[in-house]
Amino acid sequence: MRTSKVQPAQPSTEVTAFINARLIDPASGRDEPGGLLVKDGIIADLGGHLRRNAPDGATVVDCRNNVLCPGLIDAQVFMGEPGQEHRETLKTASHAAAAGGVTTIIVMPDTKPVIDQVALVDFIQRRGRDNAIVNVHVMAAATRELKGEEITEIGLLKRTGAVAFTNGKSTITNTRTMRQVLNYAKDFGALVVHHTEDPYLSGNGAMNSGEASTRLGIPGVHKFAETIVIERDVRLTEMTRGRYHAATISCEESLAVIRAAKAKGLGVTCGVSINHLTLNENDIGPYRTFFKLRPPLRAESDRAAMVRGVESGDIDIIVSSHDPQDVDVKRQPFAEAADGAIGLETLLAAALRLHHNQNVNLVALLRAMTSNPAKLFGLASGRLEKGAPADLIVVDLEQPWVVDKALLKSRSKNTPFDERKMMGRVLRTMVAGETVYQYAGAAG
Amino acid sequence: MTTTTKNAIFARRHLLTCEGLSAGEITALLDIADRAADTNRQVNKNRDILKGRSLVNLFFEASTRTQSSFEMAAKRLGADVLNMNVATSSVSKGETLIDTAMTLNAMRPDILVVRHHAAGAVELLSQKVDCSVINAGDGAHQHPTQALLDALTIRRAKGRIAGLQVAICGDILHSRVARSNIDVLNTMGARVRVIAPSTLLPPAIDRLGVEVFTDMNKGLEGCDIVMMLRLQRERMNGSFVPSTREFYHYFGLDHEKLARAKPDALIMHPGPMNRGVEIASTVADHARSVIREQVEMGVAVRMAVLEALARQLPNQ
Repeated sequence: MRTSKVQPAQPSTEVTAFINARLIDPASGRDEPGGLLVKDGIIADLGGHLRRNAPDGATVVDCRNNVLCPGLIDAQVFMGEPGQEHRETLKTASHAAAAGGVTTIIVMPDTKPVIDQVALVDFIQRRGRDNAIVNVHVMAAATRELKGEEITEIGLLKRTGAVAFTNGKSTITNTRTMRQVLNYAKDFGALVVHHTEDPYLSGNGAMNSGEASTRLGIPGVHKFAETIVIERDVRLTEMTRGRYHAATISCEESLAVIRAAKAKGLGVTCGVSINHLTLNENDIGPYRTFFKLRPPLRAESDRAAMVRGVESGDIDIIVSSHDPQDVDVKRQPFAEAADGAIGLETLLAAALRLHHNQNVNLVALLRAMTSNPAKLFGLASGRLEKGAPADLIVVDLEQPWVVDKALLKSRSKNTPFDERKMMGRVLRTMVAGETVYQYAGAAG
Repeated sequence: MTTTTKNAIFARRHLLTCEGLSAGEITALLDIADRAADTNRQVNKNRDILKGRSLVNLFFEASTRTQSSFEMAAKRLGADVLNMNVATSSVSKGETLIDTAMTLNAMRPDILVVRHHAAGAVELLSQKVDCSVINAGDGAHQHPTQALLDALTIRRAKGRIAGLQVAICGDILHSRVARSNIDVLNTMGARVRVIAPSTLLPPAIDRLGVEVFTDMNKGLEGCDIVMMLRLQRERMNGSFVPSTREFYHYFGLDHEKLARAKPDALIMHPGPMNRGVEIASTVADHARSVIREQVEMGVAVRMAVLEALARQLPNQ
């Protein structure tokens, strides 16, 4: 397993026993009362027989019938480090992650400088190891400086630990370059993650194109600016037989293209951001820039389609698309404000809204944030299994709370969920057997 | 119809958009403006409703007529007027919109008149200041006083707004004038059509309660009001329409197309006009053209808006 979380010099032989838990393992579909033992940073045993039994000398965590499941893996985290540390650092992001039940973050290469070289991947891994309290993995640039022109050293970058390759927030518009990226990456079994928006079609668009954009006088981005790129990319995947992942889809038609590609047996997967599962274009209201995102928030029918896509498994993973932006770039006229919203700390709670309010299957939701991303990015975590890393969370599904942006741990406060009521709280987060977060109000 | 809504008042702190203004509020403003228009035709036009008040014209986008119209209106009501020349101000030195607003706010003006190239900018600014704010145009969003002066012009010429067939023609996509007029005219009971090539129509424009035409001859059929819009020069070169010649051929208001409208149809244009692009020169100067009256009503409507907002200002 590639992990940048440093192992302690002397591995702790201490045993932690979680008892009275509702064990949920999305990988196997397990959902049953039981207990779990952690030793040497890995899951030593689990099952119904451990529900009330803890070995002598173990540190006992009574879960009080709350959920014990794998920590979340968030595969799209934009980072301020290096270059924009006033927005976010690996340290601050990791504290937000831990509080939100995210035990692994995959950081995007859109930094200053761009993560397009071996030394920079190494830099992020070291900084993650030294400063972050959760696992940090790197998604490296697929083209130099993310310019969409020359491919990077995909082989060496992958060997250094890059878990996938992407053009970050921009789309590779040159079809030939995209073909080369997929074709070359294939030789290393490397996954190509792509932001899909035709910049020529979207032009200066700043929100979803439709009645709302017309009323606000904001140039719109048609949803087909996304679908067109995915259609092209699917053809290129068919041509090259590479591994392709559409980073964050946002409309029904894009999902249909992905579904058809999967049916053909192509190596095509896709993700969706939590924002596009829980919000729509009307949330923008009178120019609220915290709702200005890429892709833009779409119509309610698209949001509903995204939720169905997660339930059916056609959408493989849910990401927070955590994108810290400071006040100065957000407190601007809408079209001129920066895109993006933070989301690490609210990812799970927002996803649980779908479970509570729309009856979305809990295991399907968790799968899209644990075992599916683990499989996609080749990580050993994301499952409850003997020998798997003890990256675990205890979640009280019913605990109500209200988001207060001032209390969020991220260095930037651009959350679209400020003052929203949530139900479901992370009580404890464990990374490699160490508790890195514990909810202050929690007894467990 | 004015008699039934005599008691309606306009009691808002800002005038930012026409969306959501009630028929009563609009009528109240038009009634005040009607009286102001009469006063403006007398020798002594000056009143002291805004005596001791100060108004700042903050124009981030060049404007001649709107800015001078607000200045004239404010001065006739006795206010002190400061025109912020943005080209020479700190805005061009990288100061943010919010900082500019805060700086001006510290000078304690009573009314801020703002034009900005970005939709929503004026609303954003209004959240950061203590004074009243009037939107004098924000991007492709709204230009409320233009729609009100158009409504006043129509009401004075036709005696009513309700039931009239109004065609708005030209660059609807980029037009704040079109959006504001659609709101006001619909609220006042007119039937609104928009006429433009598909490249100059915003998405889902029909959802705003208008009939959409891409054939001007059909669209003008039976109209009481023909409202032309300005086409910006930079949009004539192939990005939205191929040439001024072709645009004029299909969407320029000439006598032939005008003949499709009712015989007593009025011709309007918010200015400044591109003669020979969206409107034939002789049509612009036609006996039924009320383009110059629109300018006159502009001062009256702005006086009405200032008066209504001044009533809401704190008096201590």
